[in-house]
Amino acid sequence: MARLLDFDLGTPQASGAPVTLTVDGRSVTVPAGTSILRAAAEAGTQIPKLCATDSLEAFGSCRLCLVEIDGRAGTPASCTTPVAEGMAVRTQTPKLAKLRRGVMELYISDHPLDCLTCAANGDCELQDMAGAVGLREVRYGYEGENHLGLPCDESNPYFTFDPAKCIVCSRCVRACDEVQGTLALSVEDRGFDSKIAAGQGELFLSSECVSCGACVQACPTAALTEKAVIEIGQPERAEVTTCAYCGVGCTFKAEMRGEELVRMVPWKDGKANHGHSCVKGRFAWGYATHRERILEPMIRASIAEPWRTVSWDEAIAYAASEFARIEAAHGPYALGGITSSRCTNEETYLVQKMIRARFGVNNVDTCARVCHSPTGYGLKTAFGTSAGTQDFDSVEHADVILVIGANPTDGHPVFASRMKRRLRKGAKLIVIDPRRIDLVRTPHVEAAHHLALRPGANVAVLTALAHVIVAEGLVDTAFVRERCDPEDFAAWAEHVARPEHSPEATEATTGVPASTVRAAARLYATGGNAAIYYGLGVTEHSQGSTSVMAIANLAMATGNVGRPGVGVNPLRGQNNVQGACDMGSFPHELAGYRHVSDDATRALFEAAWGASLDPEPGLRIPNMLDAAVAGRFKGLYVQGEDILQSDPNTRHVAAGLAAMECVIVHDLFLNETANYAHVFLPGSTFLEKNGTFTNAERRIQRVRKVMSPRNGLEDWEITQKLSNALGYPMAYDHPSQIMDEIARLTPTFAGVSYDLLEREGSVQWPCNDAAPTGTPVMHLERFVRGAGKFVLTDYVPTDEKVGPRFPLLLTTGRILSQYNVGAQTRRTDNVLWHEEDVLEIHPQDAEDRGVREGDWVRLASRAGDTTLRARITDRVAPGVVYTTFHHPGTQANVVTTDYSDWATNCPEYKVTAVQVAPSNGPSDWQARYEAMSERSRRIVAPESQAEPAE
Amino acid sequence: MTRPDRLIYMANQIAAFFAAQPGDAAIGVAGHLKSFWDPHMRAEILAWRAAGGEGLSPVALEAVARLEAAAPAR
Repeated sequence: MARLLDFDLGTPQASGAPVTLTVDGRSVTVPAGTSILRAAAEAGTQIPKLCATDSLEAFGSCRLCLVEIDGRAGTPASCTTPVAEGMAVRTQTPKLAKLRRGVMELYISDHPLDCLTCAANGDCELQDMAGAVGLREVRYGYEGENHLGLPCDESNPYFTFDPAKCIVCSRCVRACDEVQGTLALSVEDRGFDSKIAAGQGELFLSSECVSCGACVQACPTAALTEKAVIEIGQPERAEVTTCAYCGVGCTFKAEMRGEELVRMVPWKDGKANHGHSCVKGRFAWGYATHRERILEPMIRASIAEPWRTVSWDEAIAYAASEFARIEAAHGPYALGGITSSRCTNEETYLVQKMIRARFGVNNVDTCARVCHSPTGYGLKTAFGTSAGTQDFDSVEHADVILVIGANPTDGHPVFASRMKRRLRKGAKLIVIDPRRIDLVRTPHVEAAHHLALRPGANVAVLTALAHVIVAEGLVDTAFVRERCDPEDFAAWAEHVARPEHSPEATEATTGVPASTVRAAARLYATGGNAAIYYGLGVTEHSQGSTSVMAIANLAMATGNVGRPGVGVNPLRGQNNVQGACDMGSFPHELAGYRHVSDDATRALFEAAWGASLDPEPGLRIPNMLDAAVAGRFKGLYVQGEDILQSDPNTRHVAAGLAAMECVIVHDLFLNETANYAHVFLPGSTFLEKNGTFTNAERRIQRVRKVMSPRNGLEDWEITQKLSNALGYPMAYDHPSQIMDEIARLTPTFAGVSYDLLEREGSVQWPCNDAAPTGTPVMHLERFVRGAGKFVLTDYVPTDEKVGPRFPLLLTTGRILSQYNVGAQTRRTDNVLWHEEDVLEIHPQDAEDRGVREGDWVRLASRAGDTTLRARITDRVAPGVVYTTFHHPGTQANVVTTDYSDWATNCPEYKVTAVQVAPSNGPSDWQARYEAMSERSRRIVAPESQAEPAE
Repeated sequence: MTRPDRLIYMANQIAAFFAAQPGDAAIGVAGHLKSFWDPHMRAEILAWRAAGGEGLSPVALEAVARLEAAAPAR
């Protein structure tokens, strides 16, 4: 169990040479640059403080942390006074006591004395400090002017701001500036009139505040308080667990009262997030108790029938009998399983084990198929490992940051804050994105170069960058000679140097001015440590894998691999994309990225699992759907994934699902896929189960059960029940045993165990005898594959062409407040920020079509059409439109096509030729789908299931 | 037989990548099909080639020719 209250050392850690001083006669040695306040805390002396906290730079405003120093005049603030060799500090003297009491008296004289009914009672630093300084009386009453009557700002759904309880210590302002980097808060006016203001004196909700919660966490009083704390009361215990949203993998203290979650507080010791959070992880967990959550198993013989709630035993027995029937009738190759990157490592491992071992087929896949499968292929080809090269801390050492096809402030907000902090300190930024993402220009950050390329032109731009690096002699020849395959490099250098790859020759294709490409290439190659961060804007293309290899080429050519501050860093969309891939979820690989055709690997697993395994690759998700439409694939177990909403060409997905005889959906809600399901197995939330997630930096972290599963079972237990019913016995008592099995069978996980995670907090794989506490940065001395491989990356235009009927290019993405298909975030107050998907369209394109802001528009492609409202903005270039896919009412994937990455079948979500026209409202298809969806979600009331009385 | 349009398209995409690489492109394509395509998909493309292979690019045709015989039909 974690501590409820963190120990606060007052100011951040310094890193200078050792300095020894005495504090109240006790000797302490700390790094030069350390504040006296922190040195005292490290020596065990708590100097009273209010404006200081160790997550923020010292500010020196509250005047409580005053000390006396022998030989120096006055009473300096210990938070802003650095230590010095031989310094003798006194923290408790009559003079200091009098000063501190005087300061506290002034604070309290303008503070409501409602401690007993205050939500922060028991967790209030002001209250604590009043006790610490021995405040016994307040001589100044409330008769004079005060702030007690100021109105409370309740606009934010998750926290309140009560200025009457604010002491204007600026911790919230500094947290917003230093930690989050949004700079939404400020101190308005001067002196007595000083008050905290959001935006330009707006309500929190209508300001640019992104609700990350950093200000609430920093507040030493009840001025900023979680509404859940106000409603429920102070928590009484805490467990550290890992967020179930994006691939940053923030760790939180889940603070509880009994079985009720009071709040999620980012864990200071979390190695991925270092105590920071975003609006999703911090606040958007209400879906766990949402009324639409399904808590009982359900079955039905056909999707035309309503659901019937049944016992676990009946549901499992029915699912198993249906799979057995299909196996008998159509053979085992008609069956398969899909897991989600939202599942734990252990759950994912179990599903693929069950399908492979019980049925002897490799028809298993994971939703990484539709996001980062090209990363797996590309980085394994170039470097030998299907993973990013760095840890997140590496960004602190980057001099140049190249972001391509990623929108970190929306998709990976906590890491974006780290990145912005580094940029504010002077690192240079290159953004390659069709859209002007926030990072291009945000407070105190401005990209040196924004390459606003045409959607689909990634490879042309990346190869043009390589052209400049080679043609202008910017290659790190020593690195290449020492670390890379010389023949591959020679062929690559000759290839990219050809005139047709020059920025000038490709400008017409890419839409990026040649001078901008040249400037960006020079900066990347010569600006010091250069790190590439990329997302789905790279992978979700017909040349997704080629783009990943082109990125690897750039990093190798410039020597930007194998040390902190550099590298190739895929920003994973979901919490466990990396882990899902690691666990053998792809149909051609067993855990640890070993091909199913490898006899030795298969023999290892066959011996452990007691089953014969297929040496041939199985079907990928799109292949399963194709095979279903063709009548060969009949049964699917889908754990945690909503393929109907998330996968491309919705009508094709629907046709595939409708053609199956048994679809088992294992999820929290009746998602869109469940409209076509025959068995519904209610899942448990991340709060209700044990396991591990592996984040984008290969960091394996514990998911801890903080409350009982409301559905009765943890997800791994449900899969185990199904496997047992299918005749393949499993007898795990705890997910730690599953991880032990993974470690025994997977060399890169050989050292991983729950005991190790308990001791270390987290570890990054590879974790084995060679790296017993993990590997923060990979490929330090040599690439995993030996010599780094340069791959030729010719630009091949997508076959999804614009033309007279479909003249615009649609690209899709996500928004800060929503997550993936929105199944979780749509069921929280996050809808206040994004209640529907909208279409971003350039003013010129809107004008040409007579579209005004907020109008309904019909978005049509060769695959289908939908309607949504228009948002007119020059964030997108003329000819490009953009939307998100968070809402099933819009179903953006009705419009996206079957085109996919040549190597992995990852869909080409980012390029769809479309037309936009004014519309009167939702399309006929949307109306039909909504009606079908409503019919499909009918649940027979329990009483109507009962046999009539005789 | 029904024309396997999607598989033809996928094979040609793979061929376009390997055609740009040094060495024998058909070997690269055949290796990719063997590593990543389920045997039924390989059997389908083999059958299509046997029926003339219309729509397959020259590199894809050559690669399918080199592909080992597919596993028994499923």
